[in-house]
Amino acid sequence: MKLSQSRNLALRDAGRTFFSSYGMAVVLLLLCIYYSWATLQTQEPKGDAAAQTVALQIAGALPKGANVMIVGTTSDEDNDFVTGAAKRLQDGGYVVVGKVLGDPRTARQALEKAARGGAHIDAIAATPASASWPVLQNIPQKYPAFSAARLYAAQSYRWPLFLQRDNLLNIANQIVVVAVIAVGMTLVIITGGIDLSVGSLVALAAILTTLLIRNNGATEASTVTMIGAGLAGIIVCALIGWCSGLTITAFRLPPFIATLGVMQIASGLAFILSKGSSIYEVPDGFTILGRGSGLLGIPYAVMMMAVIYGVAHILMARSKWGRYVYAVGGNAEAARLSGVRVAPVTLMVYTLSGAMAGLGGVVLASQLKSGAPTYGVSYELYVIAAVVVGGTSLSGGQGKIFGTLIGALIIAVIQNGMNLTGVESYTQRVVLGVVILGAVLLDMLKHRDWRWLRLRPRPEPPVAVSSPSPSTTS
Amino acid sequence: MTPNPPPLLSMTNIEKSFPGVRAIKHGQLELQAGEVHALLGENGAGKSTLIKVLSGAHQPDSGTLSIDGVPVTVASPFNAQDLGIAVIYQEFNLVPALSARENIFLGQEPGNGPLVSKAQERRLATELFERLDMPLSPETLCRDLSVAQQQVVEIAKALARNARILVMDEPTAALSQREVEKLFAIIRDLRGQGLGIIYVSHRLDEIFAVCDRATIMRDGEYITTHEVRDLSRERIIELMVGRKLESEFPRRHSEIGEARLQVQNLRRGSAVRGVTFELKRGEILGLTGLVGAGRTEVARLLFGADRAEAGRIFLDGRELNVRSPLDAIRAGICLLTEDRKAQGLVLGLSVRENFGLPNLNFFSRLGFVRRLQEKRAFADYTRNLRIKVSNQEQLARNLSGGNQQKVVLAKWLQSNTDIVLVDEPTRGIDVGAKYEIYLLLNELVAQGKSILMISSELPEVLGMSDRILVMHEGRIVGEIEDVESATQEQILGFTVIAQGNTDAPARGGDAGVPYQTETVEPQSRKEPMEVIQ
Repeated sequence: MKLSQSRNLALRDAGRTFFSSYGMAVVLLLLCIYYSWATLQTQEPKGDAAAQTVALQIAGALPKGANVMIVGTTSDEDNDFVTGAAKRLQDGGYVVVGKVLGDPRTARQALEKAARGGAHIDAIAATPASASWPVLQNIPQKYPAFSAARLYAAQSYRWPLFLQRDNLLNIANQIVVVAVIAVGMTLVIITGGIDLSVGSLVALAAILTTLLIRNNGATEASTVTMIGAGLAGIIVCALIGWCSGLTITAFRLPPFIATLGVMQIASGLAFILSKGSSIYEVPDGFTILGRGSGLLGIPYAVMMMAVIYGVAHILMARSKWGRYVYAVGGNAEAARLSGVRVAPVTLMVYTLSGAMAGLGGVVLASQLKSGAPTYGVSYELYVIAAVVVGGTSLSGGQGKIFGTLIGALIIAVIQNGMNLTGVESYTQRVVLGVVILGAVLLDMLKHRDWRWLRLRPRPEPPVAVSSPSPSTTS
Repeated sequence: MTPNPPPLLSMTNIEKSFPGVRAIKHGQLELQAGEVHALLGENGAGKSTLIKVLSGAHQPDSGTLSIDGVPVTVASPFNAQDLGIAVIYQEFNLVPALSARENIFLGQEPGNGPLVSKAQERRLATELFERLDMPLSPETLCRDLSVAQQQVVEIAKALARNARILVMDEPTAALSQREVEKLFAIIRDLRGQGLGIIYVSHRLDEIFAVCDRATIMRDGEYITTHEVRDLSRERIIELMVGRKLESEFPRRHSEIGEARLQVQNLRRGSAVRGVTFELKRGEILGLTGLVGAGRTEVARLLFGADRAEAGRIFLDGRELNVRSPLDAIRAGICLLTEDRKAQGLVLGLSVRENFGLPNLNFFSRLGFVRRLQEKRAFADYTRNLRIKVSNQEQLARNLSGGNQQKVVLAKWLQSNTDIVLVDEPTRGIDVGAKYEIYLLLNELVAQGKSILMISSELPEVLGMSDRILVMHEGRIVGEIEDVESATQEQILGFTVIAQGNTDAPARGGDAGVPYQTETVEPQSRKEPMEVIQ
């Protein structure tokens, strides 16, 4: 009896841990599955990828030396197709008798010219677009000389728009800024606070960085200058975060009010420094952080984000300091009476939040290759939403770093999915609001031990861990 | 006219299970009108579940509940109100920012229509306070009331709802001795007015003082109901625990050595006004007095939780400058706070994390927690202290009071501090677990540590201390060296004399100061004067 009770309790705890940590991961997975299904559509291979399939088809059907004509439209992708196909076919030992880039009329002229010249055509390689032209569809009827010519076009296939590589990279790029800031916000919210200033700090960091670059070489600025400018932006934001923390710890201002004030100050500073206008005078190299990509085509910004999340996770889950952060948020008085120095922990958390917002601002400036005082408007709300959706409790004391990443992804996936499925932007805001409310509601219900489910009413905890039954001791 | 009218309330064969737990296997309770009925049992015996069944918070799986012999179903707390059942929980259900009057009538304002008739409410509230013999202005905001006064408001609230069955759950937990007396007078008065009162408490003295009959539960089962006058203290404990306890307080063998902690003229505001004492090696020094006498404040000053305005603290002859709890811990002083949930534990963290919190410097390397080490150390403590946890990751909030206290003890034992300040170490803990806590305290002094034990429970102070200090209004007003022959009256006497000296009316100031409004009559007490001198 005792054993089954304690096992039950352990199961309950484990279940709760699972749901609070991974419940949202399940939601994310379901969302991805839904949008994959909803955006499933016929995909036509393009460019060189299409050229490869067509070349393989021809190689499988015709002997070497066969004459091939390649037809595509004037689009860039078809251009890639035509050059790609020509190269592949010639490498494969086939003869390319003509390359057509244009419309049906150009194709007709080319065919007529070839027919007049007495050329022999065994195959026509076409893109899905050009393959549908009547002139290519009806070759045997129109050009008896080419009655043997067969039309080869890349086969279309079904694949979700959502899961396309470009789209996924797009989502990743979109969330980087919010996700990075959300790391700092997660720490702040775990301590039971809130940081409303992050949106303004994004703008301030972007302005500071671009301004420093403009004043130190503008478009000719060196890499060192750019790194220095970026670091300066981050450090200033960290200092401002430290100041927020100081007003909260030393003067006991409610975090909401303290950071609301700092939000205004930082935003004002960004406008003053930039004189209200955008700053574009940055070198092309400045965009490498925001737009560049490295190994396997993964953007540098995404790599950086992954590293930050990894470090933050280890910090919160394994380090002494991380434990202190949870303790301060869970019960500051108990933490203090256990010898935790609450004020320095809190101060550090706000400093980190400021620094992360600064980093987010630098990344955003790099993505947009400019700085403007209007950057980051209402970012704080998206960031808080990501943190809350990720399962961090607004009352403090609990939350997981990777939960926040999942939260940010959920919001990004919903937005992206709605874009892909053609939901208009006004409706998107409504849906997003509902999602945030739902997440907060879920958070609150979690604190009620799932009692709302009415499936397993909470047993009296003392019962399950009561003193040993007397019969066993006597 | 039947010779035996049906009982006011009778609960028979109540069963209540939660998934995995049979909270009540067989619950039974019979309450007569005009009776104070004690409901006794250890934590987890099923008392609170039974009360929740009565209050409509839980629905029983089976069994009958009758009022005046008529079987009824208590579908919800609202329903219970209509049936004349009122429960006063340990944590009051009052809105701090509303006045006493508004709280009393909250949700069922008298008068018709949407408008509240303030005059009528005020009249009714004043009547209720008169009935309860409590001179209290109905317009005082609840947050300005003392705990005892808030309790009276709660009782008035129940009476305003025409309650006939009143359940009081640990009503004296936060009251001073004098306030307890006052509450007992009210309870006796209500009994005289024909109410049936169910009284739940861990303090056995109170059972004898105010209750007529007692029902005892153990492990979810009804054990017996007796007239209280037929029971002895030992017998009750035996019935509750299910075995014989040799004594309520274990014997101790420790050698009391030299003075280790010396406190001189410690001051802070009106709470601590010049406290001087010393604590010796291997000694348990009891510190008692009324609630609000400044005992907790002294401990907080020693621990650095608050800053002293004046005074010096010496440890082994070396002066300490304690500015924060961290300083105190480093110097070797720890504090087990009175309020485990608010100050002792981070309820949302696991028990292991709570255990590690003050000891992370020991359990970490290069800033990273060595969890394996921490786990092993905690496993040792769970075994040695017999802490009942399902696993180390169990949240602190899910433990019973006794086990929570053991976790707090474990974390300070691990920190290996020599001076242990304990504030109400057994508050809200059942008899069996109390004994274990006492054993632990004894073991600590046997190791040569020193304990300052703050307690309001006089039997505990007398049973555990080597020496007793009595505080009153921020000063130490008495010291008892010969604990063996000391009595409760002697301790109370110090307070009463001090009360006479400091002259009524008592000042307000620190929270929880009792009897702000009642007039103090030291002479009305029994014969404490003779006992002391």
